[in-house]
Amino acid sequence: MTVSAARTRTPAAPELALADVEGLIKLNNEPRWLAERRRAAWELYEALPMPSTSDEAWRRTDYRRIRWAQAGSLLRPDGAADLKVIPAEHYAPLLGDRQGGLVACVDSSVAARELDAALAAKGVIFTDLNTAVREHGDLVEKFLMTQAVKPEDGKFAALHAALWTHGVFLYVPRGVTVELPLHSVFYPVSAGMSLGHILVVLEDGADVTYMHEYASLDREEQAAYVGATEILVGEGARLRYVALQNWAGNLYEFSHQRARVQRDGALDWVIGAMGGKLVKTFMELDLDGQGSSGRMSGLYFADGSQHMDHDTQQNHNAPNTTSDLLFKGALLDKARSVWQGMIYVDPVAQKTDGFQANRNLLLSSEARADSIPGLEIKADDVRCTHAATISKLDEEPLFYLMSRGIPRREAEKLAVDGFFGPIMERIPFEGVRERLQASIEAKLLGD
Amino acid sequence: MVAALEIRNLHANVEGSPILKGVNLTIKQGETHALMGPNGSGKSTLANVLMGNPAYEVTGGQIIFDGVDILDLEPDVRSRLGLFLAFQYPVAIPGVTLANFLRSAINARRRDQNPDDKGISIPEFRRLLVDKMQYLEISQDFAGRYLNDGFSGGEKKRAEILQMAVLQPKIAVLDETDSGLDIDALRIVASGVNRLVGPSLGVLVITHYKRILDYIQPQHVHILMDGRIVESGGPELTDVLETSGYKPFFEKYGLVPTED
Repeated sequence: MTVSAARTRTPAAPELALADVEGLIKLNNEPRWLAERRRAAWELYEALPMPSTSDEAWRRTDYRRIRWAQAGSLLRPDGAADLKVIPAEHYAPLLGDRQGGLVACVDSSVAARELDAALAAKGVIFTDLNTAVREHGDLVEKFLMTQAVKPEDGKFAALHAALWTHGVFLYVPRGVTVELPLHSVFYPVSAGMSLGHILVVLEDGADVTYMHEYASLDREEQAAYVGATEILVGEGARLRYVALQNWAGNLYEFSHQRARVQRDGALDWVIGAMGGKLVKTFMELDLDGQGSSGRMSGLYFADGSQHMDHDTQQNHNAPNTTSDLLFKGALLDKARSVWQGMIYVDPVAQKTDGFQANRNLLLSSEARADSIPGLEIKADDVRCTHAATISKLDEEPLFYLMSRGIPRREAEKLAVDGFFGPIMERIPFEGVRERLQASIEAKLLGD
Repeated sequence: MVAALEIRNLHANVEGSPILKGVNLTIKQGETHALMGPNGSGKSTLANVLMGNPAYEVTGGQIIFDGVDILDLEPDVRSRLGLFLAFQYPVAIPGVTLANFLRSAINARRRDQNPDDKGISIPEFRRLLVDKMQYLEISQDFAGRYLNDGFSGGEKKRAEILQMAVLQPKIAVLDETDSGLDIDALRIVASGVNRLVGPSLGVLVITHYKRILDYIQPQHVHILMDGRIVESGGPELTDVLETSGYKPFFEKYGLVPTED
């Protein structure tokens, strides 16, 4: 029976087949373990229905306007790509003229793969994922989609596991401190689907700062990004991870991101979302070890008809764990955002301190924000709080700013800067903050 | 030419109730005026209406600034013409530093003069700010703090005077700048104002109490009662208030004190 997707609740699926999986395996000459994982994931993918608005996690996000005929054709790795295709700001050094390494991909092909020699000598691995499969197969086999994001997490997680096209692998050995920040970028330029994977593994006591950027070439035809990010922070290890998304307006993103933190480890996770036509991201933090902590900070700013949906989960799985989530979003025009957050506290996780807050600023009467906090607490000696607000810019501060000669549009921009300030100051790179500020300004001033 | 602020038969409502009922007052550059009145007489309404606060509705009259009727002008345009209001309750704007805010204000002025202006350079701005802060004896760490966020009452009022020093208005209205200040804070703020007073600055000090006028000495004093200026004179007018408060004025004009 053939039923038009537009008339049913169930969205259409992309036109992909097992042959695409086999094609990737052959193209990359992949080892047996990976080929088997891909095939198993494909089987799972085929067995799962496309998520629809009748599923709770997708209730507010309807992606049926995606045209899979354009967005669903697989962008396979195709030799080496030219770094110059990517605007230089996305790969320029993060601190003055320095960074510890760079991995860049255009569509699914590698455009740069560099690592400071001193870091490589310490055993740090920072390369693209296909290269890592060839050169560090044991490590990738151990960590790839086995502990954080798993194929069974959802339809798009299974699709990703079956068909991931490219990725970044960062591995920091036990006790190694990486002084210079590492940097990577995914930059799709074609219509079609790319499936990027970020796999970060910090062994016990490791310490690193890592920044990833998502951006793409603006074009008429639609594109899709089906991503996964996995972060494993070992005992006493410390990771500062910033991911900034500035997709072009033709791109649909579906991604799963999950971090696990072991005893006394600390994760400082910041995301910025500016672009994309529709973005659906699951972000999950698991505090697995006693005394571990995680801070999740998010900034999103949607305009036009953009739709951004962030689904966050903070899992306290051990005693004395601390999580702190702050997501702040602004919405212009007819843009729409969804934030759904949950703090889960396991029965064993006594002395937990969990916090979540989502603040939204509506800058147009046609914009809409949904904010749904949640707590599921199974231990008794815990402190968990949450807050959610949706508000407009107050006239009083605007009058104050204008009374000093600042025109209304600029006064609004200052007020929005102020709103985002607490997240902005968690980004440790001045150049990145300035770029983010500039894209906020461009949206506000309608450039 | 000396600029002037001329308030002509000004009427204004707050939430539908008439508060200003025909105010007439002219302040020229180089003059210091005090406007005194009891609670509910319309002092803060006048200050807000002069600056163009959209929450207040002007129902009649004119405000002429430097020869231009400014009633239909937005607050930012009024500011760039040279009008300044030191707020009674400065608004906190977390996330925006005082320095960043002042630079935006200066750049708005420069772009108004020349749309191609690239803005004040960071070193030039820093010099200007440090210079004004030293002049007003304000600690330099102020510049990096979020605007009015967590400022004490005295710090807020000093920040207002700093803004006035940087923006160099022709006419400044100080709305109850003395409220909420202890005597030491008041002395510091008043001495800041006094440093700025001169032939190119006209000041309207709005106050309930005579206290601030011991530090900022006006040539002209006006009494506002029930939305009108009922008496104008020299500094001696404040002597009556010193001994008897506003009571004789209420009796003389047959008015009843409001509760707040």
